[in-house]
Amino acid sequence: MDLLIDSFLTAIMLILTGDREVFSITARTLLISSASTFIAASIFVPVGSLIYFQSFPGKGLLINVIQTLFSMPTVFVGLLVFITFSREGPLGSFGLLFSPTAIIIGHVILISPIMAGLTISALRGIAPEIQDTAMSLGASRLQTIHAIVREARYGVSTAVLLGFGRAISEIGLAIVVGGNIRGYTRTLTTAMSLETSIGNFEMAMALGIILVFLALAVNILVSQIQHR
Amino acid sequence: MITVRDLSKRYYGNTVLENINLDVPTHAVTAIIGPSGAGKTTLLRLIDLLEEPTSGQITFDDMETPRSEGVRLEMRRRMVIVFQKPVVFSGSVYDNVSYGLRIRGYGRRDAGDKVMHALETLDLSGYENRMAKTLSGGEVQRVALARAMVIEPELLLLDEPTANLDPVSTTKVEQLISRIIRELHTTVLMSTHDMAQGQRLADQIGVLIGGSMLQVGNSSDIFNLPNSMQVAHFVGVENVLEGVIESKDQGLVNVSFGSHHVEGLSQLEPGVVVSACIRPEEVTLALTITQTSTSARNTFYGTISNITSTGPLVRVVVDCGFQLVALITTRSAQELELQKGTEVWAFFKATGVHIVQA
Repeated sequence: MDLLIDSFLTAIMLILTGDREVFSITARTLLISSASTFIAASIFVPVGSLIYFQSFPGKGLLINVIQTLFSMPTVFVGLLVFITFSREGPLGSFGLLFSPTAIIIGHVILISPIMAGLTISALRGIAPEIQDTAMSLGASRLQTIHAIVREARYGVSTAVLLGFGRAISEIGLAIVVGGNIRGYTRTLTTAMSLETSIGNFEMAMALGIILVFLALAVNILVSQIQHR
Repeated sequence: MITVRDLSKRYYGNTVLENINLDVPTHAVTAIIGPSGAGKTTLLRLIDLLEEPTSGQITFDDMETPRSEGVRLEMRRRMVIVFQKPVVFSGSVYDNVSYGLRIRGYGRRDAGDKVMHALETLDLSGYENRMAKTLSGGEVQRVALARAMVIEPELLLLDEPTANLDPVSTTKVEQLISRIIRELHTTVLMSTHDMAQGQRLADQIGVLIGGSMLQVGNSSDIFNLPNSMQVAHFVGVENVLEGVIESKDQGLVNVSFGSHHVEGLSQLEPGVVVSACIRPEEVTLALTITQTSTSARNTFYGTISNITSTGPLVRVVVDCGFQLVALITTRSAQELELQKGTEVWAFFKATGVHIVQA
Protein backbone atom coordinates (compact mmCIF):
# COMPACT_ATOMS: atom_id res chain seq x y z
CA MET A 1 0.00 0.00 0.00
CA ASP A 2 2.85 2.35 0.93
CA LEU A 3 4.48 1.66 -2.39
CA LEU A 4 1.31 2.68 -4.21
CA ILE A 5 0.87 5.93 -2.27
CA ASP A 6 4.59 6.79 -2.39
CA SER A 7 4.90 6.25 -6.11
CA PHE A 8 1.69 8.18 -6.67
CA LEU A 9 2.96 11.19 -4.69
CA THR A 10 6.38 11.08 -6.35
CA ALA A 11 4.65 10.88 -9.71
CA ILE A 12 2.64 14.00 -8.96
CA MET A 13 5.89 15.75 -7.99
CA LEU A 14 7.56 14.69 -11.24
CA ILE A 15 4.70 16.13 -13.22
CA LEU A 16 4.40 19.34 -11.21
CA THR A 17 8.15 20.08 -11.27
CA GLY A 18 8.14 19.65 -15.03
CA ASP A 19 10.64 16.80 -15.26
CA ARG A 20 12.42 17.16 -18.63
CA GLU A 21 12.32 13.46 -19.41
CA VAL A 22 8.58 13.21 -18.65
CA PHE A 23 7.91 16.33 -20.67
CA SER A 24 9.81 15.20 -23.77
CA ILE A 25 8.19 11.72 -23.79
CA THR A 26 4.75 13.28 -23.49
CA ALA A 27 5.40 15.78 -26.28
CA ARG A 28 6.76 13.06 -28.58
CA THR A 29 3.79 10.80 -27.88
CA LEU A 30 1.33 13.58 -28.65
CA LEU A 31 3.19 14.45 -31.83
CA ILE A 32 3.28 10.85 -33.11
CA SER A 33 -0.38 10.17 -32.29
CA SER A 34 -1.56 13.47 -33.75
CA ALA A 35 0.39 12.94 -36.95
CA SER A 36 -0.98 9.43 -37.44
CA THR A 37 -4.52 10.58 -36.60
CA PHE A 38 -4.26 13.46 -39.05
CA ILE A 39 -2.96 11.27 -41.87
CA ALA A 40 -5.46 8.47 -41.25
CA ALA A 41 -8.40 10.88 -40.99
CA SER A 42 -7.56 12.79 -44.14
CA ILE A 43 -7.42 9.58 -46.13
CA PHE A 44 -9.92 7.24 -44.49
CA VAL A 45 -12.83 9.54 -43.63
CA PRO A 46 -13.20 10.30 -47.37
CA VAL A 47 -12.68 6.60 -48.14
CA GLY A 48 -15.47 5.71 -45.69
CA SER A 49 -17.79 8.27 -47.30
CA LEU A 50 -16.98 6.95 -50.73
CA ILE A 51 -17.77 3.39 -49.65
CA TYR A 52 -21.07 4.55 -48.15
CA PHE A 53 -22.26 6.57 -51.14
CA GLN A 54 -21.20 4.16 -53.88
CA SER A 55 -22.94 0.90 -54.51
CA PHE A 56 -20.78 -1.94 -55.79
CA PRO A 57 -20.71 -5.71 -55.46
CA GLY A 58 -19.17 -6.93 -52.21
CA LYS A 59 -19.90 -3.69 -50.37
CA GLY A 60 -21.49 -5.49 -47.43
CA LEU A 61 -18.56 -7.88 -47.16
CA LEU A 62 -16.06 -5.01 -47.31
CA ILE A 63 -17.84 -3.24 -44.45
CA ASN A 64 -17.77 -6.48 -42.44
CA VAL A 65 -14.03 -6.81 -43.02
CA ILE A 66 -13.45 -3.20 -42.01
CA GLN A 67 -15.42 -3.70 -38.81
CA THR A 68 -13.49 -6.86 -38.01
CA LEU A 69 -10.25 -4.92 -38.35
CA PHE A 70 -11.37 -2.55 -35.56
CA SER A 71 -9.96 -5.04 -33.10
CA MET A 72 -6.79 -5.88 -34.96
CA PRO A 73 -4.09 -6.73 -32.36
CA THR A 74 -1.60 -3.87 -32.20
CA VAL A 75 1.35 -6.20 -31.91
CA PHE A 76 0.26 -7.99 -35.08
CA VAL A 77 0.19 -4.71 -37.04
CA GLY A 78 3.61 -4.03 -35.50
CA LEU A 79 4.85 -7.35 -36.78
CA LEU A 80 3.59 -6.63 -40.31
CA VAL A 81 5.25 -3.20 -40.36
CA PHE A 82 8.43 -4.72 -38.85
CA ILE A 83 8.70 -7.36 -41.58
CA THR A 84 7.88 -4.85 -44.32
CA PHE A 85 10.55 -2.37 -43.22
CA SER A 86 13.18 -4.79 -41.92
CA ARG A 87 16.40 -4.99 -43.90
CA GLU A 88 15.18 -8.03 -45.88
CA GLY A 89 11.62 -6.72 -46.23
CA PRO A 90 10.08 -5.23 -49.38
CA LEU A 91 10.52 -1.65 -48.13
CA GLY A 92 13.70 -2.30 -46.15
CA SER A 93 15.72 0.12 -48.28
CA PHE A 94 13.97 3.11 -46.72
CA GLY A 95 15.68 2.34 -43.43
CA LEU A 96 12.63 3.43 -41.48
CA LEU A 97 12.56 0.70 -38.87
CA PHE A 98 12.97 1.95 -35.27
CA SER A 99 11.97 5.49 -36.18
CA PRO A 100 8.97 7.65 -35.22
CA THR A 101 7.94 7.47 -38.89
CA ALA A 102 7.60 3.69 -38.63
CA ILE A 103 5.35 4.10 -35.57
CA ILE A 104 3.23 6.63 -37.44
CA ILE A 105 2.90 4.29 -40.44
CA GLY A 106 1.86 1.49 -38.10
CA HIS A 107 -0.63 3.71 -36.31
CA VAL A 108 -2.20 4.78 -39.58
CA ILE A 109 -2.72 1.13 -40.54
CA LEU A 110 -4.04 0.36 -37.08
CA ILE A 111 -6.64 3.14 -36.88
CA SER A 112 -7.70 3.48 -40.51
CA PRO A 113 -10.41 0.78 -40.22
CA ILE A 114 -11.88 2.67 -37.23
CA MET A 115 -11.92 5.92 -39.19
CA ALA A 116 -13.48 4.42 -42.32
CA GLY A 117 -15.85 2.07 -40.46
CA LEU A 118 -17.18 4.60 -37.97
CA THR A 119 -17.55 7.17 -40.76
CA ILE A 120 -19.76 4.66 -42.58
CA SER A 121 -21.79 4.09 -39.39
CA ALA A 122 -22.14 7.81 -38.77
CA LEU A 123 -23.42 8.39 -42.30
CA ARG A 124 -25.72 5.41 -42.08
CA GLY A 125 -27.26 6.74 -38.86
CA ILE A 126 -28.05 10.06 -40.52
CA ALA A 127 -28.66 9.32 -44.13
CA PRO A 128 -32.15 8.15 -45.12
CA GLU A 129 -34.28 10.94 -43.64
CA ILE A 130 -31.81 13.73 -44.31
CA GLN A 131 -31.26 12.43 -47.82
CA ASP A 132 -35.01 12.45 -48.56
CA THR A 133 -35.47 15.87 -46.98
CA ALA A 134 -32.58 17.46 -48.85
CA MET A 135 -33.58 15.86 -52.14
CA SER A 136 -37.20 16.91 -51.82
CA LEU A 137 -36.17 20.46 -51.01
CA GLY A 138 -34.36 20.46 -54.34
CA ALA A 139 -30.79 19.38 -53.56
CA SER A 140 -28.70 17.92 -56.38
CA ARG A 141 -26.76 14.71 -55.75
CA LEU A 142 -23.67 16.60 -54.60
CA GLN A 143 -25.72 18.95 -52.42
CA THR A 144 -27.42 15.93 -50.87
CA ILE A 145 -24.09 14.30 -50.03
CA HIS A 146 -22.91 17.58 -48.56
CA ALA A 147 -26.02 17.80 -46.37
CA ILE A 148 -25.54 14.23 -45.11
CA VAL A 149 -21.83 14.60 -44.34
CA ARG A 150 -22.56 17.88 -42.58
CA GLU A 151 -25.20 16.21 -40.37
CA ALA A 152 -22.82 13.33 -39.65
CA ARG A 153 -19.95 15.55 -38.62
CA TYR A 154 -20.30 14.76 -34.92
CA GLY A 155 -20.24 11.06 -35.59
CA VAL A 156 -17.25 11.51 -37.86
CA SER A 157 -15.35 13.56 -35.30
CA THR A 158 -16.01 10.79 -32.78
CA ALA A 159 -14.43 8.37 -35.24
CA VAL A 160 -11.36 10.59 -35.48
CA LEU A 161 -11.00 11.01 -31.73
CA LEU A 162 -11.46 7.29 -31.09
CA GLY A 163 -8.70 6.65 -33.60
CA PHE A 164 -6.51 9.08 -31.71
CA GLY A 165 -7.31 7.33 -28.45
CA ARG A 166 -6.33 3.95 -29.85
CA ALA A 167 -3.08 5.34 -31.26
CA ILE A 168 -1.97 7.09 -28.07
CA SER A 169 -2.74 4.22 -25.73
CA GLU A 170 -1.36 1.24 -27.64
CA ILE A 171 2.03 -0.29 -26.85
CA GLY A 172 2.49 -3.45 -28.92
CA LEU A 173 3.14 -1.65 -32.17
CA ALA A 174 5.22 1.19 -30.73
CA ILE A 175 7.59 -1.22 -29.03
CA VAL A 176 7.97 -3.61 -31.99
CA VAL A 177 8.59 -1.03 -34.73
CA GLY A 178 9.83 1.87 -32.56
CA GLY A 179 12.13 -0.08 -30.30
CA ASN A 180 11.69 2.25 -27.29
CA ILE A 181 14.82 4.23 -28.11
CA ARG A 182 15.41 6.89 -25.49
CA GLY A 183 14.95 10.43 -26.78
CA TYR A 184 13.88 9.14 -30.20
CA THR A 185 11.06 6.60 -30.27
CA ARG A 186 10.22 6.29 -26.58
CA THR A 187 6.51 6.98 -26.00
CA LEU A 188 4.42 7.12 -22.84
CA THR A 189 3.39 3.48 -23.06
CA THR A 190 6.78 2.03 -23.96
CA ALA A 191 8.45 4.14 -21.30
CA MET A 192 5.93 2.95 -18.71
CA SER A 193 6.61 -0.64 -19.61
CA LEU A 194 10.36 -0.14 -19.28
CA GLU A 195 10.20 1.80 -16.00
CA THR A 196 7.92 -0.83 -14.51
CA SER A 197 10.23 -3.66 -15.50
CA ILE A 198 13.26 -1.99 -13.88
CA GLY A 199 11.29 -1.21 -10.72
CA ASN A 200 11.11 2.56 -11.24
CA PHE A 201 7.48 2.65 -10.22
CA GLU A 202 7.30 6.41 -9.49
CA MET A 203 8.30 7.27 -13.05
CA ALA A 204 5.94 4.64 -14.53
CA MET A 205 3.14 5.99 -12.40
CA ALA A 206 3.79 9.57 -13.48
CA LEU A 207 3.68 8.55 -17.14
CA GLY A 208 0.51 6.53 -16.51
CA ILE A 209 -1.22 9.46 -14.84
CA ILE A 210 -0.36 11.68 -17.79
CA LEU A 211 -1.71 9.07 -20.20
CA VAL A 212 -4.95 8.80 -18.24
CA PHE A 213 -5.31 12.56 -18.21
CA LEU A 214 -4.71 12.72 -21.94
CA ALA A 215 -7.37 10.03 -22.42
CA LEU A 216 -9.70 12.00 -20.17
CA ALA A 217 -9.07 15.18 -22.14
CA VAL A 218 -9.86 13.36 -25.38
CA ASN A 219 -13.05 11.97 -23.87
CA ILE A 220 -14.19 15.37 -22.66
CA LEU A 221 -13.50 16.74 -26.11
CA VAL A 222 -15.58 13.96 -27.70
CA SER A 223 -18.58 14.50 -25.44
CA GLN A 224 -18.32 18.28 -25.83
CA ILE A 225 -18.53 17.88 -29.59
CA GLN A 226 -21.31 15.31 -29.42
CA HIS A 227 -23.54 17.41 -27.20
CA ARG A 228 -23.11 20.62 -29.11
CA MET B 1 -51.42 19.13 -62.66
CA ILE B 2 -50.38 15.58 -61.79
CA THR B 3 -51.76 12.60 -63.60
CA VAL B 4 -51.07 9.13 -62.30
CA ARG B 5 -51.79 6.24 -64.65
CA ASP B 6 -51.71 2.52 -63.79
CA LEU B 7 -49.01 3.13 -61.24
CA SER B 8 -47.64 0.10 -59.38
CA LYS B 9 -44.80 -0.24 -56.91
CA ARG B 10 -43.35 -3.49 -55.65
CA TYR B 11 -40.53 -3.97 -53.17
CA TYR B 12 -38.90 -7.37 -53.41
CA GLY B 13 -42.09 -8.91 -54.75
CA ASN B 14 -44.22 -7.17 -52.15
CA THR B 15 -46.90 -5.08 -53.84
CA VAL B 16 -47.33 -1.73 -52.12
CA LEU B 17 -49.32 0.06 -54.80
CA GLU B 18 -51.38 -1.57 -57.51
CA ASN B 19 -52.70 0.16 -60.64
CA ILE B 20 -53.20 3.56 -59.11
CA ASN B 21 -55.04 6.15 -61.20
CA LEU B 22 -55.38 9.68 -59.91
CA ASP B 23 -55.71 13.20 -61.26
CA VAL B 24 -54.52 15.99 -59.03
CA PRO B 25 -56.20 19.19 -60.21
CA THR B 26 -54.30 22.49 -60.16
CA HIS B 27 -54.94 24.93 -57.30
CA ALA B 28 -57.00 22.40 -55.36
CA VAL B 29 -56.39 20.28 -52.30
CA THR B 30 -56.48 16.55 -52.83
CA ALA B 31 -56.36 14.25 -49.82
CA ILE B 32 -55.42 10.59 -49.95
CA ILE B 33 -57.09 8.90 -47.03
CA GLY B 34 -56.56 5.37 -45.90
CA PRO B 35 -55.39 3.31 -42.94
CA SER B 36 -51.71 3.06 -41.99
CA GLY B 37 -49.79 0.86 -44.37
CA ALA B 38 -52.14 1.50 -47.29
CA GLY B 39 -49.31 2.89 -49.41
CA LYS B 40 -50.02 6.62 -49.00
CA THR B 41 -46.43 7.58 -48.26
CA THR B 42 -45.11 5.49 -51.15
CA LEU B 43 -47.50 7.23 -53.54
CA LEU B 44 -46.32 10.66 -52.38
CA ARG B 45 -42.66 9.60 -52.63
CA LEU B 46 -43.19 8.36 -56.17
CA ILE B 47 -44.84 11.63 -57.18
CA ASP B 48 -41.99 13.61 -55.58
CA LEU B 49 -39.56 11.54 -57.72
CA LEU B 50 -37.77 10.20 -54.65
CA GLU B 51 -38.43 6.70 -55.95
CA GLU B 52 -39.17 5.11 -59.27
CA PRO B 53 -42.35 3.14 -59.96
CA THR B 54 -42.23 -0.53 -60.91
CA SER B 55 -44.68 0.23 -63.70
CA GLY B 56 -47.05 2.98 -64.77
CA GLN B 57 -46.79 6.67 -65.51
CA ILE B 58 -46.73 9.92 -63.62
CA THR B 59 -47.05 13.09 -65.66
CA PHE B 60 -46.46 16.58 -64.37
CA ASP B 61 -48.25 19.24 -66.44
CA ASP B 62 -48.41 16.72 -69.30
CA MET B 63 -44.66 16.07 -69.09
CA GLU B 64 -43.68 12.47 -68.48
CA THR B 65 -41.30 11.95 -65.62
CA PRO B 66 -37.81 11.73 -67.06
CA ARG B 67 -35.15 9.15 -66.35
CA SER B 68 -32.13 11.39 -66.40
CA GLU B 69 -31.21 12.70 -62.96
CA GLY B 70 -30.61 16.25 -64.25
CA VAL B 71 -34.13 16.63 -65.60
CA ARG B 72 -35.60 14.85 -62.60
CA LEU B 73 -33.89 17.41 -60.36
CA GLU B 74 -35.40 20.24 -62.38
CA MET B 75 -38.86 18.70 -62.03
CA ARG B 76 -38.35 17.85 -58.39
CA ARG B 77 -37.55 21.49 -57.68
CA ARG B 78 -41.11 22.46 -58.65
CA MET B 79 -42.53 20.52 -55.72
CA VAL B 80 -41.68 19.57 -52.17
CA ILE B 81 -42.80 17.02 -49.60
CA VAL B 82 -43.24 17.49 -45.87
CA PHE B 83 -42.80 14.13 -44.19
CA GLN B 84 -44.86 12.62 -41.42
CA LYS B 85 -41.89 12.80 -39.08
CA PRO B 86 -39.93 15.74 -40.42
CA VAL B 87 -36.24 15.92 -39.60
CA VAL B 88 -34.44 19.19 -39.15
CA PHE B 89 -30.87 19.88 -40.15
CA SER B 90 -28.58 20.75 -37.28
CA GLY B 91 -28.25 24.50 -37.05
CA SER B 92 -30.72 27.28 -36.44
CA VAL B 93 -34.34 27.51 -37.54
CA TYR B 94 -33.18 30.15 -40.02
CA ASP B 95 -30.59 27.76 -41.49
CA ASN B 96 -33.31 25.16 -41.92
CA VAL B 97 -35.92 27.36 -43.51
CA SER B 98 -33.44 28.98 -45.89
CA TYR B 99 -32.01 25.63 -47.06
CA GLY B 100 -34.16 25.27 -50.19
CA LEU B 101 -33.32 28.82 -51.22
CA ARG B 102 -29.59 28.49 -50.60
CA ILE B 103 -29.27 25.36 -52.76
CA ARG B 104 -31.15 27.23 -55.49
CA GLY B 105 -28.49 29.91 -55.37
CA TYR B 106 -30.49 32.69 -53.76
CA GLY B 107 -28.56 35.66 -52.42
CA ARG B 108 -28.51 36.26 -48.71
CA ARG B 109 -30.84 39.27 -48.81
CA ASP B 110 -33.47 37.77 -51.14
CA ALA B 111 -33.50 34.64 -49.01
CA GLY B 112 -33.76 36.67 -45.82
CA ASP B 113 -37.02 38.36 -46.74
CA LYS B 114 -38.64 35.14 -47.88
CA VAL B 115 -37.53 33.24 -44.78
CA MET B 116 -38.85 35.93 -42.44
CA HIS B 117 -42.15 35.94 -44.27
CA ALA B 118 -42.46 32.14 -44.07
CA LEU B 119 -41.64 32.20 -40.35
CA GLU B 120 -44.31 34.83 -39.84
CA THR B 121 -46.90 32.78 -41.75
CA LEU B 122 -46.17 29.75 -39.56
CA ASP B 123 -46.26 31.82 -36.34
CA LEU B 124 -42.55 31.21 -35.87
CA SER B 125 -41.42 34.85 -35.72
CA GLY B 126 -38.62 35.16 -33.17
CA TYR B 127 -37.58 31.52 -33.65
CA GLU B 128 -34.96 32.21 -36.32
CA ASN B 129 -31.95 31.85 -34.03
CA ARG B 130 -33.29 28.90 -32.01
CA MET B 131 -31.44 25.62 -32.51
CA ALA B 132 -33.76 23.48 -34.62
CA LYS B 133 -32.87 20.24 -32.79
CA THR B 134 -34.17 21.63 -29.49
CA LEU B 135 -37.73 22.28 -30.73
CA SER B 136 -40.85 20.32 -29.78
CA GLY B 137 -42.67 18.04 -32.24
CA GLY B 138 -45.28 20.64 -33.14
CA GLU B 139 -42.61 23.30 -33.64
CA VAL B 140 -40.55 20.98 -35.84
CA GLN B 141 -43.65 20.36 -37.94
CA ARG B 142 -44.10 24.09 -38.40
CA VAL B 143 -40.42 24.59 -39.26
CA ALA B 144 -40.76 21.83 -41.86
CA LEU B 145 -43.82 23.57 -43.32
CA ALA B 146 -42.00 26.92 -43.39
CA ARG B 147 -38.97 25.24 -45.01
CA ALA B 148 -41.27 23.82 -47.69
CA MET B 149 -43.40 26.90 -48.36
CA VAL B 150 -40.44 29.27 -48.64
CA ILE B 151 -39.50 27.75 -51.99
CA GLU B 152 -43.03 28.49 -53.27
CA PRO B 153 -43.62 25.03 -54.74
CA GLU B 154 -46.16 24.51 -57.48
CA LEU B 155 -47.11 21.28 -55.77
CA LEU B 156 -46.99 20.84 -52.01
CA LEU B 157 -47.01 17.23 -50.78
CA LEU B 158 -47.97 16.70 -47.15
CA ASP B 159 -47.57 13.23 -45.67
CA GLU B 160 -49.80 12.82 -42.61
CA PRO B 161 -49.08 16.37 -41.48
CA THR B 162 -50.64 15.92 -38.05
CA ALA B 163 -50.24 12.22 -37.32
CA ASN B 164 -47.74 12.77 -34.50
CA LEU B 165 -49.35 15.78 -32.90
CA ASP B 166 -51.64 16.29 -29.93
CA PRO B 167 -55.17 17.61 -30.65
CA VAL B 168 -54.28 21.24 -29.91
CA SER B 169 -51.24 21.20 -32.20
CA THR B 170 -53.29 19.36 -34.82
CA THR B 171 -55.87 22.16 -34.92
CA LYS B 172 -53.11 24.74 -35.11
CA VAL B 173 -51.20 22.94 -37.89
CA GLU B 174 -54.44 22.49 -39.86
CA GLN B 175 -55.10 26.22 -39.62
CA LEU B 176 -51.57 26.95 -40.76
CA ILE B 177 -51.89 24.55 -43.69
CA SER B 178 -55.09 26.33 -44.75
CA ARG B 179 -53.21 29.62 -44.47
CA ILE B 180 -50.34 28.35 -46.65
CA ILE B 181 -52.79 27.04 -49.25
CA ARG B 182 -54.57 30.40 -49.39
CA GLU B 183 -51.37 32.37 -49.53
CA LEU B 184 -49.38 30.34 -52.05
CA HIS B 185 -52.40 29.45 -54.12
CA THR B 186 -50.62 26.19 -54.68
CA THR B 187 -51.73 22.68 -55.52
CA VAL B 188 -51.73 20.37 -52.53
CA LEU B 189 -51.67 16.60 -52.31
CA MET B 190 -51.83 15.35 -48.76
CA SER B 191 -52.25 12.02 -47.07
CA THR B 192 -54.08 11.37 -43.85
CA HIS B 193 -55.64 8.47 -41.99
CA ASP B 194 -58.13 10.89 -40.49
CA MET B 195 -61.32 10.99 -42.57
CA ALA B 196 -62.49 14.15 -40.81
CA GLN B 197 -59.25 15.94 -41.59
CA GLY B 198 -59.66 15.05 -45.25
CA GLN B 199 -63.15 16.52 -45.17
CA ARG B 200 -61.98 19.68 -43.44
CA LEU B 201 -59.10 20.44 -45.79
CA ALA B 202 -59.68 18.77 -49.13
CA ASP B 203 -61.64 19.52 -52.28
CA GLN B 204 -61.11 16.02 -53.59
CA ILE B 205 -60.56 12.79 -51.70
CA GLY B 206 -59.04 9.51 -52.83
CA VAL B 207 -59.51 6.47 -50.65
CA LEU B 208 -56.43 4.25 -50.71
CA ILE B 209 -56.80 0.91 -48.95
CA GLY B 210 -54.43 -2.02 -49.26
CA GLY B 211 -52.50 -0.44 -52.12
CA SER B 212 -55.56 0.20 -54.30
CA MET B 213 -57.34 3.48 -54.96
CA LEU B 214 -60.89 2.37 -54.24
CA GLN B 215 -62.72 5.64 -54.78
CA VAL B 216 -61.94 9.20 -55.81
CA GLY B 217 -64.48 11.96 -55.45
CA ASN B 218 -65.52 14.99 -53.48
CA SER B 219 -65.76 14.51 -49.76
CA SER B 220 -69.54 14.36 -49.50
CA ASP B 221 -69.66 11.59 -52.14
CA ILE B 222 -67.05 9.57 -50.31
CA PHE B 223 -68.73 10.18 -47.00
CA ASN B 224 -72.30 9.53 -48.07
CA LEU B 225 -71.98 7.32 -51.13
CA PRO B 226 -69.07 4.96 -50.53
CA ASN B 227 -68.73 2.61 -53.49
CA SER B 228 -67.65 -0.45 -51.54
CA MET B 229 -67.88 -1.97 -48.11
CA GLN B 230 -64.21 -1.27 -47.40
CA VAL B 231 -64.65 2.43 -48.11
CA ALA B 232 -67.88 2.48 -46.10
CA HIS B 233 -66.15 0.98 -43.08
CA PHE B 234 -63.23 3.36 -43.41
CA VAL B 235 -65.36 6.50 -43.61
CA GLY B 236 -67.26 5.49 -40.47
CA VAL B 237 -70.40 3.79 -41.70
CA GLU B 238 -70.99 1.48 -38.79
CA ASN B 239 -74.09 -0.26 -40.00
CA VAL B 240 -73.34 -2.43 -42.99
CA LEU B 241 -76.10 -5.00 -43.60
CA GLU B 242 -75.37 -7.64 -46.21
CA GLY B 243 -78.32 -8.99 -48.14
CA VAL B 244 -80.04 -9.47 -51.49
CA ILE B 245 -82.34 -7.09 -53.37
CA GLU B 246 -85.73 -8.77 -53.19
CA SER B 247 -87.88 -6.32 -55.12
CA LYS B 248 -87.64 -2.99 -56.84
CA ASP B 249 -90.25 -0.31 -57.30
CA GLN B 250 -88.91 2.51 -59.44
CA GLY B 251 -85.82 3.72 -57.51
CA LEU B 252 -86.84 2.08 -54.25
CA VAL B 253 -85.45 -1.37 -53.49
CA ASN B 254 -86.24 -3.79 -50.73
CA VAL B 255 -83.19 -5.60 -49.37
CA SER B 256 -83.68 -8.72 -47.33
CA PHE B 257 -81.09 -9.90 -44.86
CA GLY B 258 -81.87 -12.77 -42.54
CA SER B 259 -85.52 -12.36 -41.58
CA HIS B 260 -85.37 -8.57 -41.85
CA HIS B 261 -85.82 -6.02 -44.62
CA VAL B 262 -84.59 -2.52 -45.27
CA GLU B 263 -85.68 -0.14 -47.98
CA GLY B 264 -83.28 2.12 -49.77
CA LEU B 265 -82.65 3.91 -53.02
CA SER B 266 -80.77 2.08 -55.73
CA GLN B 267 -80.78 1.40 -59.46
CA LEU B 268 -79.58 -2.17 -58.93
CA GLU B 269 -81.84 -5.05 -60.00
CA PRO B 270 -83.51 -7.73 -57.82
CA GLY B 271 -81.29 -10.70 -57.10
CA VAL B 272 -78.13 -8.62 -56.76
CA VAL B 273 -76.11 -9.23 -53.59
CA VAL B 274 -75.59 -5.89 -51.85
CA SER B 275 -74.47 -4.13 -48.68
CA ALA B 276 -76.85 -1.61 -47.19
CA CYS B 277 -74.84 1.10 -45.45
CA ILE B 278 -76.49 3.26 -42.83
CA ARG B 279 -74.53 6.02 -41.11
CA PRO B 280 -75.20 5.87 -37.35
CA GLU B 281 -76.20 9.55 -37.33
CA GLU B 282 -79.06 8.70 -39.75
CA VAL B 283 -80.67 6.45 -37.15
CA THR B 284 -83.21 8.08 -34.83
CA LEU B 285 -84.44 6.55 -31.58
CA ALA B 286 -87.84 6.98 -29.90
CA LEU B 287 -89.76 5.33 -27.09
CA THR B 288 -93.07 5.35 -28.98
CA ILE B 289 -94.02 5.57 -32.61
CA THR B 290 -95.49 8.92 -33.65
CA GLN B 291 -96.78 10.32 -36.91
CA THR B 292 -93.42 11.69 -38.01
CA SER B 293 -91.47 8.60 -37.17
CA THR B 294 -93.77 6.30 -39.12
CA SER B 295 -93.01 8.27 -42.28
CA ALA B 296 -89.55 6.74 -42.09
CA ARG B 297 -89.51 3.68 -44.32
CA ASN B 298 -87.43 1.58 -41.98
CA THR B 299 -88.61 0.96 -38.45
CA PHE B 300 -87.26 -1.60 -36.00
CA TYR B 301 -87.99 -2.40 -32.40
CA GLY B 302 -85.23 -3.55 -30.11
CA THR B 303 -83.37 -3.42 -26.82
CA ILE B 304 -80.38 -1.22 -26.08
CA SER B 305 -77.43 -3.57 -25.61
CA ASN B 306 -74.73 -0.94 -25.16
CA ILE B 307 -74.54 2.79 -24.64
CA THR B 308 -71.34 4.84 -24.60
CA SER B 309 -70.82 8.58 -24.36
CA THR B 310 -68.34 10.25 -26.71
CA GLY B 311 -68.66 13.81 -25.41
CA PRO B 312 -71.52 15.67 -27.10
CA LEU B 313 -72.76 12.49 -28.77
CA VAL B 314 -73.90 9.14 -27.44
CA ARG B 315 -73.36 5.92 -29.33
CA VAL B 316 -76.25 3.53 -28.78
CA VAL B 317 -76.21 -0.07 -29.94
CA VAL B 318 -79.70 -1.46 -30.39
CA ASP B 319 -80.30 -5.19 -30.70
CA CYS B 320 -83.20 -5.52 -33.16
CA GLY B 321 -82.43 -9.12 -34.04
CA PHE B 322 -79.40 -7.60 -35.71
CA GLN B 323 -77.16 -4.84 -34.39
CA LEU B 324 -77.98 -1.28 -35.30
CA VAL B 325 -75.73 1.58 -34.15
CA ALA B 326 -77.24 5.01 -33.61
CA LEU B 327 -75.41 8.23 -32.86
CA ILE B 328 -77.64 10.73 -31.02
CA THR B 329 -77.01 13.87 -29.00
CA THR B 330 -76.34 13.54 -25.31
CA ARG B 331 -79.33 15.80 -24.65
CA SER B 332 -81.83 13.60 -26.46
CA ALA B 333 -80.38 10.51 -24.79
CA GLN B 334 -81.02 12.18 -21.44
CA GLU B 335 -84.51 13.28 -22.40
CA LEU B 336 -85.43 9.73 -23.42
CA GLU B 337 -83.68 8.39 -20.29
CA LEU B 338 -81.95 5.81 -22.42
CA GLN B 339 -79.90 3.15 -20.70
CA LYS B 340 -78.85 -0.40 -21.25
CA GLY B 341 -81.95 -2.60 -21.47
CA THR B 342 -84.33 0.20 -22.54
CA GLU B 343 -86.67 -0.91 -25.31
CA VAL B 344 -86.76 1.56 -28.18
CA TRP B 345 -87.92 2.14 -31.71
CA ALA B 346 -85.13 2.78 -34.19
CA PHE B 347 -85.95 4.25 -37.56
CA PHE B 348 -84.24 5.76 -40.57
CA LYS B 349 -85.35 7.03 -43.97
CA ALA B 350 -84.86 5.17 -47.21
CA THR B 351 -82.61 8.06 -48.33
CA GLY B 352 -80.39 7.33 -45.34
CA VAL B 353 -79.63 3.90 -46.71
CA HIS B 354 -76.79 3.72 -49.18
CA ILE B 355 -76.74 0.53 -51.20
CA VAL B 356 -73.55 -0.80 -52.80
CA GLN B 357 -73.06 -3.92 -54.79
CA ALA B 358 -71.12 -6.42 -52.70
